[in-house]
Order: sequence, then structure tokens, then C-alpha cells
Amino acid sequence: MTRLERNDRIIRLALLLVAFSAVSILIVITAFIFSEGTPIMFRHGPGRFLLGLDWYPSEKLFGLLPMIVGSFSVTAGALLVGVPTSLACAVVLTQFASKRTARVLKPVIELLAGIPSVVYGFIGIVVIVPFIRDNLGGPGLSVLAAAIVLGIMILPTVISISVDAFQALPPSYREGSIALGATVWQTVRMVLLPAARSGIVAAVILGMGRAIGETMAVIMIAGNAAAVPTSPLAPVRTLTSNIALEMGYASGEHREALFATGVILFVIIMILNTLANRASARRKV
Amino acid sequence: MSSPRQRNAQVPSASRRLRFLRRSGGADVLLIAVLGGALLASGCSRGASGGGLTVAGSTSIQPFADHWAEIYQKLHPDLVVNVQGGGSSAGIQAARSGAAQIGMSSRELKPDEKDLTAFVVARDGLAVIVHPANPLDDIGLDGVRAVFAGRIGSWDELGRGSGRITVVTREEGSGTRGAFQEMVMRKGRIAREAIVEDSNGTVRAIVAQDPHAIGYISLGLVDPTVKALALDGVDASDANILAGRYALVRPFLFVTSGTPRPDAQAFLDFILSDDGQELVESGGLLRAR
Amino acid sequence: MAGSPRRTQTIVKSALWTLTGATILVLVFIVVFILRRGLPEVSWGFLTRHPEAMGVAGGIFPTIVGTLALTLMAILIATPLGVGTAIYLTEYTWEGRLTRVIRFGAECLAGIPSILFGLFGFILFVTKLKLGWSILSGGLTLSFMILPTIIRTSEEAIRSVPAAYREVSASLGCTKWQAVTRVVLPSALPGITTGVILSVGRSIGETAAVIFTAGSALHLPTSVFSSSRTMAVHFYILAREGISMRMAYGTAAVLVVTILFINIVSYYLMHRFIRKYS
Repeated sequence: MTRLERNDRIIRLALLLVAFSAVSILIVITAFIFSEGTPIMFRHGPGRFLLGLDWYPSEKLFGLLPMIVGSFSVTAGALLVGVPTSLACAVVLTQFASKRTARVLKPVIELLAGIPSVVYGFIGIVVIVPFIRDNLGGPGLSVLAAAIVLGIMILPTVISISVDAFQALPPSYREGSIALGATVWQTVRMVLLPAARSGIVAAVILGMGRAIGETMAVIMIAGNAAAVPTSPLAPVRTLTSNIALEMGYASGEHREALFATGVILFVIIMILNTLANRASARRKV
Repeated sequence: MSSPRQRNAQVPSASRRLRFLRRSGGADVLLIAVLGGALLASGCSRGASGGGLTVAGSTSIQPFADHWAEIYQKLHPDLVVNVQGGGSSAGIQAARSGAAQIGMSSRELKPDEKDLTAFVVARDGLAVIVHPANPLDDIGLDGVRAVFAGRIGSWDELGRGSGRITVVTREEGSGTRGAFQEMVMRKGRIAREAIVEDSNGTVRAIVAQDPHAIGYISLGLVDPTVKALALDGVDASDANILAGRYALVRPFLFVTSGTPRPDAQAFLDFILSDDGQELVESGGLLRAR
Repeated sequence: MAGSPRRTQTIVKSALWTLTGATILVLVFIVVFILRRGLPEVSWGFLTRHPEAMGVAGGIFPTIVGTLALTLMAILIATPLGVGTAIYLTEYTWEGRLTRVIRFGAECLAGIPSILFGLFGFILFVTKLKLGWSILSGGLTLSFMILPTIIRTSEEAIRSVPAAYREVSASLGCTKWQAVTRVVLPSALPGITTGVILSVGRSIGETAAVIFTAGSALHLPTSVFSSSRTMAVHFYILAREGISMRMAYGTAAVLVVTILFINIVSYYLMHRFIRKYS
């Protein structure tokens, strides 16, 4: 029996070590990206990185402002396309559709999440980019194209978390409101949406994280010009595409500057993660 | 609510099912372990025998290097030649650090890279390309420079065609961009607003689709989907390059740190031999000499 | 507000249904678009032959092997870590600061964009540890990426095993570990498998993390130290560089069918599992 107890203690210790694998990986990744990316920022001054407009690594100019603006403009566009659609789907799935219909539709929408991002990018190239070029003008490779494709890509994330948020509400909210004579839509607008707000906020933030972090689809359809976009039809480069475009080809300070791009991306993502975590924690209370 | 009896009653059925699951699960684990072990073992045995020759760098040279490697390995089945992309700068870096025995560069070495040994394995023209439907056939080098610098923004200003110009360039670090910068732009900058893509193929694909686009790619990769412009009246043809009339010609370099290793030297000798150079020509490039 | 609440409701309802219908249509469009152009290219030869001339002709056999090897490697590394973490969280500790740290770590890891995994894998495995562009580097990087999914699904699966199972084994004099390995894990296996299958799907579709760590060499990998091009990377290169649209559609079709199949299987498994215990 004592031998068994000792074994159990060893097992507990081993499992504790394993349990820290995710945390340690996170720490190692953070350490690597920061140790590779921050020295150059301080050598040239963080201001020149964050506010510089010129990205000409061969001339030692590493202005990342166009990419920061690029990431946020593409993401904002994606939210504009994706969030209303997602909320509509979530309301329909939880309030209007019969149980049977919802059971069919929900997995179909979740399957959207499994389609690889390169396939979305490809659809962007062969369908959306030519459409924009021929009908709206510009090169087609643009903020708009990226926003549409990313807006579609974040749908499954935002829908499934919003659906969870609606389903987590006590049924009495809905029943009470309906009993008072409100229509389903009045109930949704005045009772359920406000009550599920923090869950929906978490969903939107996570969708935003997905949009900011997406790389391959964006590289294929955004045109990657390292300039602050002046219109939705202008090409744009995001932080992620900056890394992916030039990573394999860079050396020396150029490569360090790409890690600095990674640092900025990392910080943005961590802020979003923390916000989403807060929002969903509030929901549980 | 549940009495101990009821709970115990669950056990036989549950444990029977669990045993079944465990058995099938066990088989899976075993299979995976065996496969993984085999994979690892084969890896170790090859790692111990000394690997092969790694050639890395310029994506412009990569297709030709792949072809050379394929033929060379048929002649010398014992040697594995591993060809990787990564771009000229990365290739030069890899040759210096030893990550690759041979680095491929599609631009001349910069002053701070002159410590490496460079061998010209082929020469390549750089073609300025437009959509096949573009009425423009000829452009001056100054015109190309003005378009890529963003000083000329519409086709009307070039006298042929109309509408804005979509400028497509390569990414920083690419040898093709390096060569274009050096030969066309010189000290000037390519406009920030230019579309940036990371391979010759992508630039070609975009120019082939957009009637307003202009870009530059390796002459060997020009195909009927795009049109190569004449520069100052000189067609981008092999004959003109050989005669030294065409302005945009760059060397394709194999770069080694110090004297090449014997197997690297043997591969180089093969490429510079008549057989190797014939492959260069059939691929649309020009001989090294 | 003009109009009766009922009329507003009717209008809003049809608007919301339209948006939902559009979402479904987009999905159907993407899948049909790829399959209609891609499936005619897929044949036995396409799956079993080597590519010729950089992928203009021939098949995609090496990329299938590369995808399998890379995925297998990632799963082999991530599954023990993920399941171990889940066992610790559910069976060996109680909720507290420690579990919050572990969960937060996993959640953050899940939020990191794949390109940052690629960047990290490139600098650590490919250059610092000198593993080169290889199945090993790619597999390690991918395993880090899928770890959070495996932790989360395994934890849910283990939690849904009724407490009575554990009580019974405890009353029979089993140690905790015996209870875990003989009762809890086997009962949770379908749920854990679901997580692993989902991760397989994610690994197969991944591009950004793989292209910088496993490279893009278009030959049959001979060992874990070989560079290898996965189907997703091959498709990316074919489509982007306009090498061959026919081959690109064919590769995309294989990719989409594989991933849809995997996701449907895992969805089905998950629902059977949930129904069993709820």
C-alpha cells in the first residue's frame, strides 16, 4: 500500500510537470520573440518603429505604422462584415429556428471553421478580387477584399460563442418577457441581447483576434503594399503578412525587424486575449 | 438516491465497455508508436550517414537547381541534393553559417558579403512585363524608373493606353528586387504604394489578370500570359542579351564559404559542364560564359 | 416606432433569416466551387504519382505523405502532454491559483496566431537547434499549436465521466492512478479522440506555421529530418504562383474533402459522446 502511495505521489508530480507544458511553451515563445525582436526596437528607438511610415529594410528604415494601421483597418472591415451576420445567425439559431432546423444548421456553420485559410484566400483570388477590380476599380487586391474574406472566416467563431452566450441565459428571461406580451424580437432586443452582452463581447473580441492573426488568406488577397491605405480599394499590408512575406528572405537587422513586427502582433493579441478572458469571466459571475 | 447496490450494478457493464475501448485504444497506440519509432529510426540512421548536400536561397534559381539536382542524383544515386528556397539573402546567410553548403543568389554580392566565394552558374535577363492586352510595347528605362517610383501614375502619361497603373514589385530581401533596384532604380526608391508579392510566379499571375498592371520577373519565366516590354527599343530576347544590347541582365550565383566541399565542388562542376549548361539554356536562361 | 411590434418582428425575422441563409450559402458555395472544379482532376494517379515540373503535371503523392508524417508527429507529441494536463487539472488538483495559471496559459497559447508559431519554430528548431526545415521542426511547432485544443477537449471529456465511476473504483480499493487509467480514461476516450481528430484537421489545413518550419521541398520525405511540403502548402504555392490552376483545384479538392470528412467524424463522435453522459 505504501508503495502504491509513493507511486501515486510520483505520478502526481509527473502530471504536474506535464500540466505546465502549455504554460512553459507560452513562456518560451514569448521569451524568444521578445529577445529577438526588442533589441532592434530600442536600438533605433521604439518611436521610429511604431510611428515610422517607411518600410525599406535595405535602407535600415523599419517603419511599421502602415502595417499596424493595415491590420486594424482590415480587422475593422472584417468585424463590420462578420459581426452583424454572426449575431443574426445566433439569434435565428437560438430564438427563431425550430430545434430540428437548428440542429442541422449549427454543424453546417461550424464546418466553415474547418476550411483551411488557404482555401478562403484562393476563393478570394478567383472570385472576390476580380469582382472588385472589374466593378469597383483599383487593383482588386485591397482592404475590401481582405475584409470580406476575413469577415467570412470569423463567422464560425463569433456565431458559436454568441450562441453559447444566448443559451447560457436562464429560460425564465425569455419566458417572462413573452408572457408579458412582448414579441420574440422585442424580447431579443430588450432582454436577451443586453443580458448576453458580455458573452457577445467576448465572441467579438475572439473574432477580432482571429482576424488580426490570419496570415495566408490575407497575403493572397490584400496586395501587401507597405503604405497606409487611403481607401477601401487600396492594397494593404498587415503585421502578419509583413512577417510571412519577408521572413524566409531576411537576414540581419531586417530579420530582427520582422521579429519586432511579431512583438507588436503578440502584444495586440495578448491584450485581446485578456479582454476576452475578462468579458467571459464576468459572464460566469 | 442511488444505493451502493445500484452503483455496483453499473460496474460490470461499464467495465466491459471500458475494456473494449481500452483494447482498441491500445492497438491504436501501439500502431502509432511503431510507425513513429520506424520514422525516427530511419531518420537517425540517415542523419548518422552524413546527410547530403543542401543548396538554399534564391527562389528564381530554385526551379533550375531542382532540375539540376534531379539529373545529378540520377547520375550519382548515393548523394542526396536538398534544394530549398528562402531567397537570396537567406541563401547567402545559410552558406555563411553552414546551414547550407551552397547558397543561391540571383543578385551580385553586396560589399559586406564579399568574404564568400561566388560562382556564376548562369545569367538571366529581367523582363518588365504588362498584361497582353496592354497597347504599350516599348518603354524607356527612365520611364520604368518613374513608374516604379510612383512619379508616373497613369498609362496616359506613357502615351499608350489609359487608366491608373498598378505597380507590382517583389518583397525586400528578394534577389530579383535587389537586381531591379540596382539596375533600374539605382538610388531611387520603389513607391510605398506598390503591390508586393513574394515570388516571380505570383507577380506574373497578378500581371496576367490585371490589365493595368506592370511588374518585373525573370526573363526565363515569361510566358504567353504576360507581355515583356522592349526597353529603349531593345526586345527582351536571348539574342539581344548575348549581344550585350539588353540592359537588364543579372548573374545567378552559387555561393560557398571558402573553398567548396568536395561534393559541393562536384555538383558545381556538373552545372558548369556542357550537360549542366544545356539544362540552363533549355530552362530559358543564358550560359554562365 | 412605426408599425406594430408584430410587423416589426416579421420584417426583422425575415432579415435575420436572410443573413443566416447567406451564411449557409457562402459555405455551400465555397465547398461546391472547389469540388466541382477540383474533383474531376482527382484520380488514383493524381493521389499516387509524383509531381512533375514543379507541380504542373503528375500527382501530389509526396505532399500527402508529408501531410501525414507532419500530422502524426504533431499528434504523437501533443496528445500525451494534452491528456496529461487534463488529467492533472481534473483528477489531481482542485480549482485554485495553479489551475487558473495553467488554463490561462493554454487559452493564451490558443490565441497566438499561427504565423508567430511559425516564426518561433523557425528561429528555435530550424536555426538554433539546427534541425533545418524538417518534419521534426514542423511537427514540434504544430504540436505546440494544437496542444490547447487537446487540453480543452480532453478536460471536458474527463469531466463528463460520472463521479460515480471514480467512487466505485475508490471503494474497491483502487489508487487514484488506477482509477484514472482503468476507469476514467477509457470512459473519456471517445471525447479525447474527438479532440485529437479536430487537431488532425487543424494540422492538415495549416500553412503559415508549416511553411517556415517544414519547408517546401517537393520530394518524398525519407526521414524526420527531411524537409517536406504538405498538401496545404503545395496548394498555396500552386495557386499563388499560378503554376497550374488545374492542379491547384485538384489539390484543394483533396484537402477540403479530407478536412470535411475529419470534422464530420469528430462532430458525430462528440455528439454520441455527449448524449451518452448527459
